[in-house]
Amino acid sequence: MSELQKSSSGVPPRFSEEAMRQVGVIFQRYPAERRESAVMPVLHLAQREFGGWLSQEALDYVAEVVGMPPMRVYEVATFYTMYNLKPVGKYHVQVCTNISCWLCASDEIVRALQSRLQLSFGESSQDGRFTLSEVECLGACVNAPMMQINDDYHENLTPAKVSEIIDQLP
Amino acid sequence: MTKIVYKHIHLENSHTLAVYKSVGGYQALEKALTLSGDDIIDEVKRSGIRGRGGAGFPAGLKWSFIPKDDRAKYLVCNADEGEPGTCKDRDIMRYVPHQLIEGMVIAGYAVRAERGYIYIRGEFYREAERLQAAIDEAYAAGYLGNNVMGRGVRFDLAVHRGGGAYVCGEETGLIESLEGKKGQPRLKPPFPANIGLYGGPTVINNVETLTSVPDIILNGGAWYSALGVEKSSGTKVFAVSGHVNKPGNYEVELGIPLKVLLEEYAGGVRGGWDNLKGVIPGGASSPVFTKAVCETVTMDYDAIAKAGSMLGSGAVIVLDRSVCIVRAIARLSRFYRHESCGQCSPCREGTGWLSQIMQRIEQGKGVRGDIDLLLSVASNIQGKTICALGDAAAMPVAGAIRAFREEFEYHIEHGRCMVA
Repeated sequence: MSELQKSSSGVPPRFSEEAMRQVGVIFQRYPAERRESAVMPVLHLAQREFGGWLSQEALDYVAEVVGMPPMRVYEVATFYTMYNLKPVGKYHVQVCTNISCWLCASDEIVRALQSRLQLSFGESSQDGRFTLSEVECLGACVNAPMMQINDDYHENLTPAKVSEIIDQLP
Repeated sequence: MTKIVYKHIHLENSHTLAVYKSVGGYQALEKALTLSGDDIIDEVKRSGIRGRGGAGFPAGLKWSFIPKDDRAKYLVCNADEGEPGTCKDRDIMRYVPHQLIEGMVIAGYAVRAERGYIYIRGEFYREAERLQAAIDEAYAAGYLGNNVMGRGVRFDLAVHRGGGAYVCGEETGLIESLEGKKGQPRLKPPFPANIGLYGGPTVINNVETLTSVPDIILNGGAWYSALGVEKSSGTKVFAVSGHVNKPGNYEVELGIPLKVLLEEYAGGVRGGWDNLKGVIPGGASSPVFTKAVCETVTMDYDAIAKAGSMLGSGAVIVLDRSVCIVRAIARLSRFYRHESCGQCSPCREGTGWLSQIMQRIEQGKGVRGDIDLLLSVASNIQGKTICALGDAAAMPVAGAIRAFREEFEYHIEHGRCMVA
């Protein structure tokens, strides 16, 4: 199991009132006695609420909210790649290099991103703005090459288009 | 050519209930609610539709396995679209979510499931939003809930986002994940039809399969089975990616010649047909075809199997002559190593070995005997694991060696690609 990272803020993570309302909506989707089914959606929510990643304190809090042992939450959080267990930048740039994208020159997209952001895979910029990750197939293969930035897909990329997209981020 | 799942996707605002209703949406559900569950299952059986996710199991037969006991039953839509090369379900979900919902309510009613889930891959955030908006509309209009269309039928539906694990596309891995656990597949039997989600009888169908259901109910199973070819009835979306001039999702009748699909729909192979090197016909895990096979093979379950590969999810990945097959397969091997859930030793260890050996051949460090070693590792994975991920990792390697052995040999001998 990968090492869980402690939060550096010292402030215990707590959901806002609005987030707690969303937790209630999530709980309603599953039979009352099957509350553990909510762990993935609540982890997704926690990641959005707590700055894009999940500290050990955040996982413990999710365990408390969902009502399951912390270890079971750690198991889930470490199994799925979408749960970030260390801080990520404001913009998480995830570029696909799997077969369809590779055939459509994702190597050039990777080079463009690495030189534009001055980052290698797995690195974050010091100003906290960007994290660059290599990812497996994201299911947009007929519009290859592609990348995902936070919630959005960017498809049919060229190196020029990559620069443009990065430049236009607020 | 007849279209079913994509027939409305080009309409403006096709994702809304208003547009879907304007083209006859939810009329199939209205009709279905006047039939018995068994009648619906018979109709789907008669259609001959086979699972569109990869395994190709007859959907009607799957539904008929649900026992008629008092346990709570579940319907799960597998929208975890993760097989490299595959992106057909995404367009259904973002453009015609109501057609999927209608298919699910009908399926739920047929097997007496009162609760359904759409397990969508987590990265499809926008698509999940679309689905949720459509579900909200369907609840408000009385197509979902505890009194569907005023007929006293209950069906609740929710979206569940995954977390980025390919193995959750395997149906029992998906169930584990939906129950809030690591997505490690279960030993079968018991099959989900008997013991599935929360231990209850569960039907799991792919997005495309369920989205085909409304038309089958409206027009009849016989109508559907007249489309396509024998044992591969109906239409199928092929996601054509890679080296073609017009990559895209194309819905065609099963049995279409691969060459026609590429030349007439996908704009032709980049640089012309003679520039074709090979085609991976059914997603990353299906063995690659050489050009010679591509000349004549037709796109149906049996013809592709007979030619030594599989139709899988319908992801057609086209490689032109510039592609180094060793590098292509090395990339796929890295993928399977990354996605192995670690539960079964042959897969956990074997995918690692396949990837390392492929990597060293690709890097020019291959040694004599590596080809035999790859084949040996592959055969020690295949058929020896709980789920099909092991097979999926082994098949492309063994298939590529079968089809392009001289390239592997060249790579090992000369330490570089045979192609320029």
